Amino acid sequence: MSTAGKDIRGFILEQVQAVARQQKKTLAPLSDGLPLLESGLDSLCIAIIVANLDDELGLDPFASGAVDMPVTLGDFIRLYEHGVAA
Amino acid sequence: MASPPDRRSLLDLTLAPGTDARALSDEAHRVAVAALATGTNLQAPLERLRGRSVLLTSATQLPTVLAALALDGIARRILLCLPDIAESDLPSIMAEGEVELVVTDGSGPQPSAGAARVAAGSAVRPGDVALEDRSVPTEWVLFTSGTTGRPKMVAHTLESLTGPLDDGLKVQERPVWSTFYDVRRYGGLQILLRALLGGGSMVLSSASEPVGDFLVRVGQSGVTHISGTPSHWRRALMSPNANRMAPRYVRLSGEVADQAILDHLKQAYPHSDVAHAFASTEAGVAFDVRDGLAGFPASYIDQPGTKAEMRVIDGTLRIRSSRTSSGYLGTAPRLGDTEGFIDTGDMVERRGERYYFVGRREGVINVGGQKVFPEEVEAVINRHPAVQMSKVWARKSPITGAIVAADLVLREGAGPLAGIREPILQMCRDQLAAHKVPVSLRAVPSLPVGPAGKLLRHD
Repeated sequence: MSTAGKDIRGFILEQVQAVARQQKKTLAPLSDGLPLLESGLDSLCIAIIVANLDDELGLDPFASGAVDMPVTLGDFIRLYEHGVAA
Repeated sequence: MASPPDRRSLLDLTLAPGTDARALSDEAHRVAVAALATGTNLQAPLERLRGRSVLLTSATQLPTVLAALALDGIARRILLCLPDIAESDLPSIMAEGEVELVVTDGSGPQPSAGAARVAAGSAVRPGDVALEDRSVPTEWVLFTSGTTGRPKMVAHTLESLTGPLDDGLKVQERPVWSTFYDVRRYGGLQILLRALLGGGSMVLSSASEPVGDFLVRVGQSGVTHISGTPSHWRRALMSPNANRMAPRYVRLSGEVADQAILDHLKQAYPHSDVAHAFASTEAGVAFDVRDGLAGFPASYIDQPGTKAEMRVIDGTLRIRSSRTSSGYLGTAPRLGDTEGFIDTGDMVERRGERYYFVGRREGVINVGGQKVFPEEVEAVINRHPAVQMSKVWARKSPITGAIVAADLVLREGAGPLAGIREPILQMCRDQLAAHKVPVSLRAVPSLPVGPAGKLLRHD
């Protein structure tokens, strides 16, 4: 597993698109400022992405229970990047 | 079936069809049914047990079976102790069951104090038993397989236990019955009673015997009728010895029988009738289904006057019948609602003219407020030809609380999971709502099956 933040960002964006395809959701144009709830993903999609990231990257930033729920896609990505940096 | 004015004991009912060539056997012993007419396995006079409450405990089943045959109609109450009951639970079991005597071969759970012992082994010794008065209405107490806490004690009578046998199942002369179950459990006792009252023989299983060896023994004993849970059967079909037996009747009970296991059994035993039955220790046998299809016809529901009347309330199956137990012993809660219907806790769903079991009410997985029954997902996964059995479980999710995950046992030669992961998931996506589709699949070498023959769902 690479620790480069760019790889994690790329991996997460791939996951977002793959899960949206699989769940037949239409995605809004992705940007860091995009609120997750307006991205076209529902909470089931986000739950699937979180589980996949845990399986593929071994990262579960929510495990500590002390994280704020991410509001935007950028918040979500940073949660994982910080997990690696820590 | 009207009950005759004089109670007939289990021994009378067993001997009535004749005893030629009939036997009860286990891994190491064979007892001719004819010997029961003139002897018992008890090393004490029967009079010593008359009117008593008696705990029967042994590691293997045969000593308890022989003692129950001797004591029905003599003892006031017999408690069929299961081999996996914790000895620490025995003092309260003995107190609530008012146990006065313990009949044992020295193995199985042993109470440290509180009652005198009567030795009873796996052989029948000649004695004068033919003229015994067997008119005592013996209460039979079975233990439930509860997953947590002390098992409940469920009271039956010989009449409530034998009621389901009158179901029109046509059995040829001198059938040989067997079951993967321990016959001290309700599902197994049904099979033993069918063998005894139906003029047959009985081949008992053994907890210590590898399943492959049991299958060989079943084949060598010429077993014609055999029962088990779907988990028992999935395990049996994994054995290279599955083809060593050729039953004419294959029965499933105790768990949801999905279409895959029904089809696999029909394939493995093409000359057999494959039937699945619904029963619980408390409610008794409600019905069996003989058309080879999962679920049961909707016409079974709301038929007043049938022997086992069924209703669906709040999605769960309720049963009222004369086969229902008389209640729990001790402090456990009362059975049944005000009209005598027992809530089975099994959730059903109507699709067209058929009801399907979707799972146990307490096993439901909550995915962001939407319900998933593990059994309905397993039923889809199990249809993939590479899958032997599966267990669906609740994986924690910080987003939806839980999300569906599945452990799979793959068939031999199926290759690695990576090669079939996507087709299995696609089957799930095609047949299930999105929140029911597993987010992760994991291959495991085996899945734990508990002593009652059911898939263990609590890790």
